[in-house]
Amino acid sequence: MAEAHPVGFQWVVEAKNRGAKVIHVDPRFTRTSALAHTYLPVRAGADIAFLGGVINYILSNEKDFREYVVAYTNASMLVSEDFQDTEDLDGLFSGYDSELNTYDQGSWQYAGQQDEGQEEGESHADRETASGLEQESHGPPIPADVPRDPTLQDPRCVYQVLKRHYARYTPEVVERLCGVPQEKFLEVCEAWTANSGRERTTALVYSVGWTQHSVGVQYIRAGAIIQLLLGNMGRPGGGVMALRGHASIQGSTDIPTLFNLLPGYLPMPHFQQHQTFDQWIDAIRHPEQSGFWANAKSYAVSLLKSYWGDAATEENDYGYGWMPRLTGDHGTYQQVLDMIDGKIKGYFLLGQNPAVGSAHGKAQRLGMANLDWLVVRDLYMIESATFWKNGPEIATGEIVPEECKTEVFFMPAASHAEKEGTFTQTQRMLQWREKAVEPPGEARSELWFFYHLGRKIKERLAGSTRPRDEGVLNLAWDYPVHGELSEPSGEDVLKEINGYDLTTGKLLSTFTEMKPDGSTSGGCWIYTGVYQDGVNQAARRKPGSEQNYVALEWGWVWPANRRTLYNRASADPDGKPWSERKKYVWWDAEKGEWVGDDVPDFEKTKPPSYRPPEGASGVEAISGDDAFIMQGDGKGWLYAPSGLIDGPMPTHYEPAESVFRNPLYGQQANPTRKVYERSDNLTNPSPPEKHSEVFPYVFSTSRLTEHHTAGGMSRQLAYLSELQPEMFVEVSPELAAERGLEHMGWAHMVTARAAIEARVMVTDRLTPLRIDGRVVHQLWMPYHWGSEGLVTGDSANDLIGITLDPNVLIQESKVGTCDIQPGRRPTGPELLTYVQGYRDRAGLTPGHHTPIETPRDADDGQQ
Amino acid sequence: MGSNSLYGPLDPAPDAGYTDAPPRMGFFTDTSVCIGCKACEVACKTWNAVPDDGFDLLGQSYDNTGGLTANSWRHVAFIEQPRSSSGAATDTPGAFAGLPVGPSSIPATNVVAARTAPDTGTAPGIPPAVDALAAAATAGSEFLGAPAAPGCGSGGCGSSHSGAATPGSASPGSATPGSAQAGGGQFLGMPMTDLPGRVAEAPRTDFRWLMMSNVCKHCTHAGCLDVCPTGALFRTEFGTVVVQEDICNGCGYCISACPYGVIDRREDDGRAWKCTLCYDRIGDGLTPACAQACPTESIQFGELSELRERAARRVKNLQENGVAEARLYGHDSSDGVGGDGAFFLLLDEPEVYGLPPDPHVPTRDVVSMWKRAGLAALTMAATAVVAFAGRRQ
Repeated sequence: MAEAHPVGFQWVVEAKNRGAKVIHVDPRFTRTSALAHTYLPVRAGADIAFLGGVINYILSNEKDFREYVVAYTNASMLVSEDFQDTEDLDGLFSGYDSELNTYDQGSWQYAGQQDEGQEEGESHADRETASGLEQESHGPPIPADVPRDPTLQDPRCVYQVLKRHYARYTPEVVERLCGVPQEKFLEVCEAWTANSGRERTTALVYSVGWTQHSVGVQYIRAGAIIQLLLGNMGRPGGGVMALRGHASIQGSTDIPTLFNLLPGYLPMPHFQQHQTFDQWIDAIRHPEQSGFWANAKSYAVSLLKSYWGDAATEENDYGYGWMPRLTGDHGTYQQVLDMIDGKIKGYFLLGQNPAVGSAHGKAQRLGMANLDWLVVRDLYMIESATFWKNGPEIATGEIVPEECKTEVFFMPAASHAEKEGTFTQTQRMLQWREKAVEPPGEARSELWFFYHLGRKIKERLAGSTRPRDEGVLNLAWDYPVHGELSEPSGEDVLKEINGYDLTTGKLLSTFTEMKPDGSTSGGCWIYTGVYQDGVNQAARRKPGSEQNYVALEWGWVWPANRRTLYNRASADPDGKPWSERKKYVWWDAEKGEWVGDDVPDFEKTKPPSYRPPEGASGVEAISGDDAFIMQGDGKGWLYAPSGLIDGPMPTHYEPAESVFRNPLYGQQANPTRKVYERSDNLTNPSPPEKHSEVFPYVFSTSRLTEHHTAGGMSRQLAYLSELQPEMFVEVSPELAAERGLEHMGWAHMVTARAAIEARVMVTDRLTPLRIDGRVVHQLWMPYHWGSEGLVTGDSANDLIGITLDPNVLIQESKVGTCDIQPGRRPTGPELLTYVQGYRDRAGLTPGHHTPIETPRDADDGQQ
Repeated sequence: MGSNSLYGPLDPAPDAGYTDAPPRMGFFTDTSVCIGCKACEVACKTWNAVPDDGFDLLGQSYDNTGGLTANSWRHVAFIEQPRSSSGAATDTPGAFAGLPVGPSSIPATNVVAARTAPDTGTAPGIPPAVDALAAAATAGSEFLGAPAAPGCGSGGCGSSHSGAATPGSASPGSATPGSAQAGGGQFLGMPMTDLPGRVAEAPRTDFRWLMMSNVCKHCTHAGCLDVCPTGALFRTEFGTVVVQEDICNGCGYCISACPYGVIDRREDDGRAWKCTLCYDRIGDGLTPACAQACPTESIQFGELSELRERAARRVKNLQENGVAEARLYGHDSSDGVGGDGAFFLLLDEPEVYGLPPDPHVPTRDVVSMWKRAGLAALTMAATAVVAFAGRRQ
């Protein structure tokens, strides 16, 4: 956190000065470790073993916050008798389909609901469109009458299922899989549990290194299970906080730059699943289910009204027919491969530098070199704009500048200081930024660019009678422009996002005012209220000293300015604070409403004693003690009966590239991971495949404080470049001795994709670990360098292949295997020969297939 | 000139002639909360338009600045070293205690490492004695460094590592796989790569990574100021020491006069440059750029008297919480420079951070030197008088 989020780390330092204990778990000793009380080196890619160990510690020592767990989680619900665990099936859950490599989720359901789960075909489609998690965020169709055992004794209740699942994740196993000494592991367990409960809460903070794995979503799930068991959700000082990699990554999922989502987490329509408007709406709201998604039609209609204005009418389903449709996987990696295959002709790149920053840099560059046109909007001439003349493939002959047909249009972009708008940070807080200076020269804001691009496209298409142009022609593209640059107003857009009552022209103040009849508009329902009372609430800057510590008048947090989600859980089922020390939101019986320091995340006047009438659905079906109001059953999920492609509970799988056979199960790696098996995306062999010893080391990559991601914003600046001027690789003294690496000498790293070179940093901050009886060396690289800028170097991401998490299609870029050798890599065509030599030795010959299912009796390549 | 003008406790601004001087301002740099982010270096350069210092990877941990120079007025030092657990009094137990050292015990790994091992029998696998080098040789490229030659490197042999695999390992059922070692534990053929202070075979006990943002000390008795012949260096009303770039003639006297080695001449213009404690900012009531940018309040700016009290509380607090080695540096107005305007909380001896343990202003002895010189002159004169007088006799 100190490395990648130094500004946020000030609060950790402050907490430490007030007596907090700081524990840091990381494959290498970083600037964070330097200030932590306890540092635990850990093997990259074994986090579920670690977290599962914590869960086992909690359950086997009964350290859970039992009243909270019974009241607010699904611990007491009974799971179907058909369910079989990975402990029964050697690493697979019941319902696995070997053909599609997905699950029929019927057996994962609660008792009596086996018919509800996704079938394997649907799971497969969900994986293609990264929509599996929609069920989790939207709540699955769960009827209210699930059989329960509040005593948590029934062997089929979630609590017992969970306990059995993690029973083998003992401290000994954690040590064996992660390399963490047992006593240090137990120190973490004791600290975490001792600081949780009625009187205390613990926050779990992770960075994106946790997500970039083939089981990334399950990493986070494992953390969430711990926080639920310990009663740390919905309470002050608790929660799971994701430190995002950029200033507004949260904003870019709320109002998404993702192919599968529309604003406010509405799903992008699928051409088969959502052929009609009603199919689309019902897929979001599940007519019989409880919770706030029941009003999805209001949110969806308001969105379509903001897109098409008066042209969106009840008769034409508010323009639903003009919406584009998903036909499958259109994720960024599929797109790159489609570019290589000539299926995609044009590409827009905005604030992104995939030639350096995305996994498998060579595929990125070769894909972009095979386009008709490419538009790059950035602050500088980044590698993704110059790959065709300066990329590493020029030397190898894979790209010939004179023959590269991609026409690159470079558009200078305004920086954050040169345009107005909002950032949405990890707490879901929108903060308005003013423009400090005009952008220089021809640099323009994204808002300017897209407004005028849309305007010109509409002008070009004017008069067209082709049905496919109707959607564009009918767009409500009526933004007033200002100043010499004809810049649209960011505040106008924020108002459009907030939404209007179209009958009165007034801005909406909350999403509950949205209507399903086309009388309201709103560009993102969860943001409704950001312009409440006609005031830009995101621009509020009331100092902390002038309000309570929750600081409701600093910026604005979605939804409805709630600072902590699910904060109904900060009170007990009767509505009383769990403790005086941790009181936050509670039921005031005299006033007959929920009160407290934050905006209650509950219907304001629904008493704790409320029980839904028979047959209720939607908001009415939420009980007075259902704290997790967006879930179909109102409960926090320790066990996810649906919503996850790869299983209802996190399970330790080895990374897609590992030097170890999975010590726990026959199943080696995530059996549902998304793979793209092609000759230009080879995967290093892992046991039980043969020849994993060709790539005997584990590597990870991450950021340095001194640079920003792919370097477009830092390698062009002398003051940052001088602080970390060159690509390097960190190795332990032991690995340096083993491979003959010299401090500050050269070394090169090799995978099945590429060989890159770097200067060697021999440091005690990396250490060998003993895993499963063997010593393993880990090495680490920053990934900031490329061929442009004041300081240049090879890109670590060139080493990484494309293997994705099945739920969200994020790449496994935080762990892989490689070889490291002293000296510089070959240059020119010899580089290709050199890497091919490794492929040959690793058995990655034509026709090679990476096994997905790996039962224990499979031929084991280990000696 | 007051009695302590050249040495001893002093409030420098009034001594320099300011009437109604504002309180003396300074920095307290608390290294116990420094995270080494270098925001201070960047903020300083940005505000003061200091040129970059070149793009050199120094290999000194994460320090690529190297030191305080004319072009780096803040410098974050990174001290990365093992430490004996006995001397460590922090609340951090041995970070690496009980972890394995030594080479990987996978035979095939060692085969690749040794490059001379017998056939592993894995076809296509790793062919005997054919590896990166051989592949490169066939490709006709000379890209690799010096080829590995059999025999021991300068610091030790590969085989010496194999016995050191598991001292103190707490892992049950993980006995040292000596047999596996035998398969590939051959010569590694490389020089030793040890960092100063440890050897690869040594078991890891403890480790530390100290960070400190260094800066001009703005001494009470500033040698640079005392020796400056042009008046380019002057004492401000805030008690700080600033070079006036339009007056400095580049004589360089100040450089040898600084007991900390801070002030430096810029190569391309020859003039002396150093931290101004953001004289142009503090005059307007602003915080100096480095302190403003510091995210963890490691760099604190304020009235020196208040900072000294704050620092004393901080050091007491740390020591009470088990950080016995916490200490202040440069806070003492009776030290060799009369106390620093920019002082530090350190977690070890000053030498560990590259700071002089007992700095003295070189002009400390000017009075006594002049007295002695005067005495000598008098003596010479007296001798001469006596000599002449004697001749008359």
